[in-house]
Formats: sequence, C-alpha cells, structure tokens
Amino acid sequence: MTTDTLKLLGTTPLQWLANGLMSMLDKIQGINPQELIRSIAIPVIAFVLFLVIWGAAASQVDTSLGKVPGPAKVWEQTMVLVDEHNNERSREKRFYERQEKRNAKKLAADPDAIVKIRPYTGSPTFFDQIWTSLITVASSFLIASLFAIPIGIICGLSPILYKALNPLIQIFKPVSPLAWLPIVTIIVSAVYVSKDPIFSKSYLTSAITVTLCCIWPTIINTTVGVSNISKDLLNVSQVLRLGWWTKVFKIVIPSSIPMMFAGLRVSLGIGWMVLIAAEMLAQNPGLGKFVWDEFQNGSSNSLARIMVAVFAIGFVGFMLDRLMLMLQKKVSWDKSAVLR
Amino acid sequence: MSNEHLMLSQVSIEFPTPSGPFKVLDNVNLNIKEGEFVSLIGHSGCGKSTVLNIVAGLYEATTGGVILDGKEVTEPGPERAVVFQNHSLLPWLTAYENVELAVKQVFKKTKSKAEMDEWVKHNLELVHMSHAMHKRPDEISGGMKQRVGIARALAMEPKVLLMDEPFGALDALTRAHMQDSLIEIQARLNNTVIMITHDVDEAVLLSDRIVMMTNGPAATIGDILKVELPRPRNRVALADDAQYNHYRAEVLKFLYERQHRPEDKTEKKSEADVTSIAKGKINVKAA
Ligand SMILES: Nc1ncnc2c1ncn2[C@@H]1O[C@H](COP(=O)(O)OP(=O)(O)O)[C@@H](O)[C@H]1O
Ligand SMILES: [Mg+2]
Repeated sequence: MTTDTLKLLGTTPLQWLANGLMSMLDKIQGINPQELIRSIAIPVIAFVLFLVIWGAAASQVDTSLGKVPGPAKVWEQTMVLVDEHNNERSREKRFYERQEKRNAKKLAADPDAIVKIRPYTGSPTFFDQIWTSLITVASSFLIASLFAIPIGIICGLSPILYKALNPLIQIFKPVSPLAWLPIVTIIVSAVYVSKDPIFSKSYLTSAITVTLCCIWPTIINTTVGVSNISKDLLNVSQVLRLGWWTKVFKIVIPSSIPMMFAGLRVSLGIGWMVLIAAEMLAQNPGLGKFVWDEFQNGSSNSLARIMVAVFAIGFVGFMLDRLMLMLQKKVSWDKSAVLR
Repeated sequence: MSNEHLMLSQVSIEFPTPSGPFKVLDNVNLNIKEGEFVSLIGHSGCGKSTVLNIVAGLYEATTGGVILDGKEVTEPGPERAVVFQNHSLLPWLTAYENVELAVKQVFKKTKSKAEMDEWVKHNLELVHMSHAMHKRPDEISGGMKQRVGIARALAMEPKVLLMDEPFGALDALTRAHMQDSLIEIQARLNNTVIMITHDVDEAVLLSDRIVMMTNGPAATIGDILKVELPRPRNRVALADDAQYNHYRAEVLKFLYERQHRPEDKTEKKSEADVTSIAKGKINVKAA
C-alpha cells in the first residue's frame, strides 16, 4: 500500500488504522536497512519454519477424515471459502436484481400494484459467520464494560463495598462458560418469551454467557487501578473539596485508565475465546457454529476448514487487541507511555 | 489570646503501627498572626510534614487542635491551600486547567466564566507562567511545575498558604528565583504562610519567625527564632549583613546541637515552650 492511498483512507472512519500504518511506515523509513532486514526477516523465517514443521508433522497423522491437513490444504480451503462467499454474494445480487425487475414491470403495468420485497435467504458464508461473531462479542463486551467500569470504580473508592463484593468476584471469576451456559439457557427460555423476538434465544444465551465470563477482569483491574491512585492527588482533591463526580472524572478515571484498559483488553480476549465455545453449544450463528457444523459434517475437507477457522479466530482476536490498544492510545493522557 | 489568627494548641498525634501507637508529635503550641511568614525547620523525619498536614486538615490530631479565625479545623479546605512537596499537579491537565480546577471549585458561585478565566490567567502571570499555560506538567521543568502548584494555591485566595518544602527539588538558581517571586507575591498579597524547609538561608531570608523542631519521635517545638530583618530583603545585600549571619548561625547551632543531643528534648523542653508562648514572649534561645 502506498502512502497516497493511506492518506486517502485518512478521511474515512478507517483513519485510526491508516494512522497506525502510517506511523509504522514512518518507523520503517527511519530504521537503518540492517535493522529493517532483521525485524522483518526473523519473523518471516520463524513463520516459514513453523509451516515446514506443521506440514511434516501433519502428514504423519491419519484420521477418520484422512490425513491431517498441512499448510497447502488449509490455504486451498481458505480460497474455497472465499469463492463460496463471492458466489453467495453474486447470487444474492442477482436475486435482488430479478426482484427489482419484476417489481418494476409490475408497477409499469399497474402503478397501484402492491409490490413485495422479499429478503434473500441464503446460507451464511464463513465470512458472514465471522461478522456475526464480531457483532455478538462486541455487544457482550460493551454491556460487560458498562457494568464493570462503574463497579470497579466504586469498589476501588469504597473499602467497604470492596470487602463486600470481592469474595463474590473472586468466586465467579474462574467459572467456565460451559458451566454458565446451561443456567443461562434455561433462564433465557423461561424469561424471554416474546411473540416477535428482536433477538433469537441462542443469541441472547451466548451473548449473556460471554458477558458473564468477560466482566471480571475489567472489574478487578479497575478496582486495583482506582485504589492505587496517588495519595498526593487524593490530597489535592480533598484540599480543593472536589465533589464526588468531579473527583471521579478529573482524578479517578484519568489516573486509572492504564489499569482499566489492561482489564478491558483481557476481558475482550476472554470474551472472544468464550464466544466460540458458547456459539458451538448454544447453536448461535457465528464462527463457533461454523466449526461445529464442519465437525458434524465430517467431509474430507472439514479438518482443513476448521483450521482456517482456527487461524481466523486467532487473527480476529489479535486484531481486537490491537483495536483496544489504539483506543487506549487515543484516550490515554500520557502519550509518551510505551503501550504494547 | 482569643483574637489569634491561627492557633495550634497542645497538638499531639499518634499513628497506629503494628507494634503499637507511634507518637510523632507531642504538645506542639504555636500562634501565628495574620500575614506572618513562618518557617518550620528540623531534621528529616521529625514531623514537619505532619504538622502541616494537621493544619491542612488532612490528618487529625490525637489530642489538641488547630483553630483558624476562631473555628476549629476539622477537614481540608481551600482556605488552607497546600503547595505539596512534589507539586501534585494532575498530569493529564495543562497548567491552565490545573489552576482552573481550583478556581472553579472556589469561585463557582461568585465569579462569572470570564472572571474565572481572567483570574486563572492572573495567577499564572503572578508566577510568570503565562507563556506555558497550555502545557502539561510533563512538558515543563520542575521549577515551572512548582510555580503552577503555587499559582493553584494562590488562586484559591487562601487565608493560610501551607508549603511543604516547595523548592526542595530545585537547583540553586531556580530556587533563588522562586524565593524572590515568593517574597514579592507575599509582600503584595500579605498571605499567612507556613513553609517547611531544609534550607537555613531560605528560612532566614523569607521568614518572620523560624520554628525549629526537635528530633522525633514525639517531636515538639524546640525553639522559635524571630527574624527582624527589614523588608524588602535583598539576598545579595544580606550576604554580608551581620544580623543576617547571626540568625543563620542561630539556626545552624540549633540543628547541630539537637542532632547530637536528641535525648534532652523531653518534657522539660516542651514545658519551657508552653510557658514562653503563654507569656506571649518568645525566647530566642531556651535552655
Ligand atoms: N500516616 C502515617 N502513619 C505512620 N507514621 C507516619 C505517618 N506519617 C508520618 N509518619 C511518621 O511520622 C514521622 C514524621 O514524618 P514527617 O512528618 O513526614 O517528617 P518530616 O516531614 O519532618 O520529614 C516519620 O517517622 C514518619 O514515619
Ligand atoms: Mg516532609
């Protein structure tokens, strides 16, 4: 990608990403060639080595679905998944074109005719599933954070509330999503009864399970961050007689932002990890369901397709963490701090 | 003595420690007049900051108490502004915003937005920080940070300005500049000031009285030295002044002797001080 296209991107919502890439380019241009070779060559060599070892090891293992796929097979399946996605999209496009034409004809014949617009109902592709998973994890994470940050701030400020809530937090923190899921499923089926539901039950079940699992690190880290605010700054707040809200917004939140973000990043990581399991078991659309369906399907390509999903899950998780890092850089006051 | 401005009477404080209560201050008595500049001097760890924190309302005396203009001090408040040892500016706010936070807090009801803006700028001007008012603490030098800390305290229009080693971390030249600014500001505003310092010259140059504390634990006021040098004081002219050098020597002698004879600072000593204060007369050299 050239610097020009990056500049173009700068005017879109992709600004952050572009800025990140720009600063990376700047850094690369500033580095001496030897350093550049080293910083690129070493990871590349390591990756190639990994592929070689994987390929060699995979060919040794026979399974009921044939040999364990090596890198080449997985790459091939990646391309197949891309093709499937493109085909599905063009089919969808043609469907809508046909519908439009039909309706236009109808209207031309009789301007008062009632035209039907039906949505396209194809099966979701791999990339649709990624998108669905992203939406689910984003909503769960958002809700978890909306609860976790205020709870963390209050626990950090009040030793009494901390003593009261800490045992509960410590007990619920290590609970596996697999243990939450049955409870959540049953409660959702009992409570969420609506003729015209906005959300499907499986969506609610997996989203709530993810929320329950990823809320704790943010609570704990925020609490620690808030309770470690410098005594001097709290003295300042006392001498100025700052009100509770002013204190929270001017002193407490800014000084605990680093810890808060450390917690948010762990939470999002856990949320993404848990989501896959929750989708599998709740049969909610998403990457987890994709993996499960492939597993049930058991064709000769299934293993390779699951491996594509594994890489996709890893890559998306990594990107989510980078996104949080960018957000942290955006909101943190200490621009000189090294964040990684 | 009911018309006293600031009165510390029989202030003692104990801190709870795992090995029982630890008495830091014992029977500290001090009366300060309005507009007076008092320095606290004493060895490290004797309890100077503790005295200041009690006056600020950040610590509560175990026995005795502090009375400011007839009202007992029970909590911190902007009428007793503190300049902290390490400036304690909020690192995420600019110099302007740091001062503004204090101004908004104190003058929310009495000043309009424009007046508050004016007042923030005026106080930054007072400490010669107008040029860097939109910089954050990590973008300015130590001396500049301390100036902003002083501007923040002054902007609250405090009855009493409490300063804990305000220039301790600065190099000699910057410190001299800051002392000169402080002399100038205090002459203009006539604040009551209590300043902790380690620096004998600084104490003599700035103070009306120098309060010398005995070593801890259970520290108290060992002696009070009245500095009767005419104002305005000029550091260069004073360097050869016999009276100035006499005061310096007094303080040094106190510090030197206390360090070597910490055990005779017990009850006898504090009694002597109570009586000398009760009589409204301060001995230059007790015992
Ligand atoms: N909050 C506290 N808890 C326990 N001990 C304290 C506390 N604050 C101060 N001290 C003790 O009181 C003594 C005096 O401290 P301080 O007033 O900071 O000394 P100075 O400012 O004269 O150097 C020290 O021995 C210190 O350990
Ligand atoms: Mg101190």
